[in-house]
Amino acid sequence: MAVTTMIGAKIHRREDPRLVSGEGRYIDDFTRPGTVYLSVVRSPHAHALIKSVDITAASKAPGVVAIYTHKDFAKVISGTMPAAPAFVAEKKQIPPRFPIAEKEVVYQGEPVAVVLTEAKYQSMDAANLIEVEYEPLPAVMDLEQALEAKSPKAHSGAPDNLGWDLTYIPEDANVMKEADVVVKQRILQQRLAPTPMEPRGVLAEYSRPDQSMTIWMSSQNPHFIRLFLAGALGIPETRIRVISPDVGGGFGSKISPYSEDYLVPAAAKLSGRPVKWIETRTESIQTTTHGRGQYFDVEAGAKKDGTLVALKVTQYLDIGAYVGTFGAFQACACLLSTGAYNWKHVSARTVGILTNRVPTDPYRGAGRPEATHLCERMIDLLADALHMDPAEIRRKNFITEFPHTSHFGLVYDSGAYEKAMDMAMEIAGYEKLRREQAEGRKKGRYLGIGVSAWIEICGFGPSAATAPATGGVALVESAQVRVFPTGSVTVYVGTHSHGQGHDTTFPQIVADTLGVPYDMIELRHGDTAEGPAFGYGTYGSRSLAVGGMAVHKASMKVVNKAKKLAAHLFEAAEEDVVFDQGHFYVKGSPDKRKALGEIAFASFGAGLPEGMEHGLEAVAYYDPSNFVWPFGTHIAVVEVDAETGAVDLQRYIAVDDCGNIINPMIVDGQIHGGIAQGISQALYEEVVYDDETGQLKTGTMIDYLVPTMNEFPNFELGRTITPSPTNELGVKGIGEAGTIASSIAVINAVCDALAPFGIKHVDMPASPDRLWKQIKQAREHSNGGKEARK
Amino acid sequence: MKHKVATTVNGHKHEHEVEPRLLLVHYLRDVVGLTGTHIGCDTSQCGACTILVDGKAIKSCTMFAVQAEGRSLTTIEGMAKDGELHPLQQAFWDEHGLQCGYCTPGFIMAAAYLLEQNPNPTEDEIRRGLEGNLCRCTGYVNIVKSVQSAAKTMGGVKSQPAGQPAARRG
Repeated sequence: MAVTTMIGAKIHRREDPRLVSGEGRYIDDFTRPGTVYLSVVRSPHAHALIKSVDITAASKAPGVVAIYTHKDFAKVISGTMPAAPAFVAEKKQIPPRFPIAEKEVVYQGEPVAVVLTEAKYQSMDAANLIEVEYEPLPAVMDLEQALEAKSPKAHSGAPDNLGWDLTYIPEDANVMKEADVVVKQRILQQRLAPTPMEPRGVLAEYSRPDQSMTIWMSSQNPHFIRLFLAGALGIPETRIRVISPDVGGGFGSKISPYSEDYLVPAAAKLSGRPVKWIETRTESIQTTTHGRGQYFDVEAGAKKDGTLVALKVTQYLDIGAYVGTFGAFQACACLLSTGAYNWKHVSARTVGILTNRVPTDPYRGAGRPEATHLCERMIDLLADALHMDPAEIRRKNFITEFPHTSHFGLVYDSGAYEKAMDMAMEIAGYEKLRREQAEGRKKGRYLGIGVSAWIEICGFGPSAATAPATGGVALVESAQVRVFPTGSVTVYVGTHSHGQGHDTTFPQIVADTLGVPYDMIELRHGDTAEGPAFGYGTYGSRSLAVGGMAVHKASMKVVNKAKKLAAHLFEAAEEDVVFDQGHFYVKGSPDKRKALGEIAFASFGAGLPEGMEHGLEAVAYYDPSNFVWPFGTHIAVVEVDAETGAVDLQRYIAVDDCGNIINPMIVDGQIHGGIAQGISQALYEEVVYDDETGQLKTGTMIDYLVPTMNEFPNFELGRTITPSPTNELGVKGIGEAGTIASSIAVINAVCDALAPFGIKHVDMPASPDRLWKQIKQAREHSNGGKEARK
Repeated sequence: MKHKVATTVNGHKHEHEVEPRLLLVHYLRDVVGLTGTHIGCDTSQCGACTILVDGKAIKSCTMFAVQAEGRSLTTIEGMAKDGELHPLQQAFWDEHGLQCGYCTPGFIMAAAYLLEQNPNPTEDEIRRGLEGNLCRCTGYVNIVKSVQSAAKTMGGVKSQPAGQPAARRG
């Protein structure tokens, strides 16, 4: 490889000039001649039978082109929506899901009918005139009650509400007996709405003469959507083109196929008109998949000296009404529950439960924030029980030898956990903070310091592990590198950038690998009509560690061919030709050199070596040998107002290690955003349904609290670099790290602040009312309601 | 029943007949054809649709097009002059103040009004001044930096008094 000049450089993003100029092109910015607008009539009930659908009045409304219900779509959509095995291969129950309800609705917001109109507002007018008669059924909302035999069923006629029940490693009670201290805790993971600033949307145009479908949509992985739609619509993949243009954030919520992804193209086929649907924010909170929605029962045991002994984890996961396409991914919380530590034994079981809520599916971190949260919470509870400092117990138990094979057979590739914690503690001024905390407590000020020593599995992933998890398509990645006769280069990738800056970072990799000036390299993504046959999309912090490597590999194929041609032109043996920073020369004659561009031009001319094809381009698929394992330590500093329960997040320190870095500016940006989302879960966000009726109570941004810039401090970042041995670039992922680490840093800090009240545990969101009640109860409990214990 | 509405958008005069219920943001996007102004919620929380109406930042989803009769509107497309980015646009680029870019036009317009009102805002004043806009990608760190940087370019900026963290409670 050429001497690194671009990799590691802070290059400003080339996608930005158009985005800051209002020239980004998001889904709602597209239209086609003759487009009609689609509105979805949705169930207002969490669970009901559909008795009748009356479209008489709506049919007469101005501008109505067509109204379609299940019977219409059944003619053009076949099969059911996919539910991938992910980390739970064997499931007890996968309710068949069709994109639109026929006889029974099982969550609030499930589609019942669609209306197509000539103008945008008309579709909402007409949708309001469709009269659906429902017979409400009991809604299954509580996870524990849902598992009882007498519980109503989320789907009428189902035997029970059990989606899956899988024990990864059974309990060994004898090991727990070796512990001197055992702590138990139930830990909630509230439902979250991913809330990308751009809601979802689909525009579809069907050509009857060509029998081809073009779909513009806001997606993290257009190729998978094409695959699913080809099957459902009976159109070969060659005649479906999915274009995912600028996408206004995804956070995992734009991975899986949605009802509208089928209904809009099907409506275009049925009506012969281009059809457009743009999600409203309420629809987004109501029907875009949610994240988390779990609780964990956890036991952890340790020796008196702080040595960790055993961990027992049971995950109860609210699947929602249908098994999300990648919903069973979240069970990886179990597989990562041991965190950064050595444990003698761990047992883990995941139970997936069907309810009458919208399905859960990956949301930034997907299983790994839950794992970090439960592990780091239990470590703090053990530290408290043993009267040890939270940092000390972590230090004592960190994994220090790599590669490390976990109890679950996963291989941590590299790490230096203590180094990252040391740096975080130094930036935080940990000892000084502890002194301030002690001083503050004397004056009735409740300062808390929370530590989160996180690890992550990402870079999905090796084919042997991921093909079974997706139902057959391994999550490798593809790239194509085309060198033009003038030496400029276009790179096509199967990943999708929706804020991550690939337009900038991938060309940085290519620039160094080919030795071609950065400005001569263009990146293209998001259009299934371009590049390799399949792409795998962007999620699970995989784009660089898998996609970046595909780009590197395709570039190397180009270099290798160019080297053969250079040897021919130099009339030298290939092994005597040196490639250095974009130039070829024969060993010993570096002054007689040819640039890659010259070789490219020659590759289109006459006189190629015998058997060599023309042109200079290559496709590569990269199958990683392992996952990659970023890590770090975050520290949150909070002050809790004991009178109001309000949490003031005063400082947030993050030291993260994602291996080698392509562009530090972009890495820091990813960390910032990730941290903010974890803090949001810790303190603000929660999707709330009525416990009885299943009515969504947080259906707008008025009720669903996405924090403003007033709720955050500046984040103080540090970095260690431990290259990954898994790939040649030495890189790991960083897209989810902040979120994986931060919810528990904040919650541990809040618990630490409230320790003087005897409060051991706080659930999320740690809102003022929740904390105020806990403090009040604790005060009443201790000293007969007198002052809190100091 | 349609109503005539005449506006000046980014210096250009427009005259259209629109439904009285047409929201200003839809007028800009669908009638005038300027799609840089985005829609992120339906309840005026997110600020993605922020534009300037007679120089004042407003959320264009809270106004009807007919209410803009005779007004001068500035959208993100009107910020760059002669091919040169506005200092705020340049600062968002320089400071990595955007990721997906969806909220960015609204932030830039809101920040333009903030700096118009207060050319030298402290970090606190920036955070309070822009709390009507939501971003899901950046954690706001680099948005604050972008606005500080633009303020400096445009004429100067007060630094946060040393040792005083920004107050964050609204």
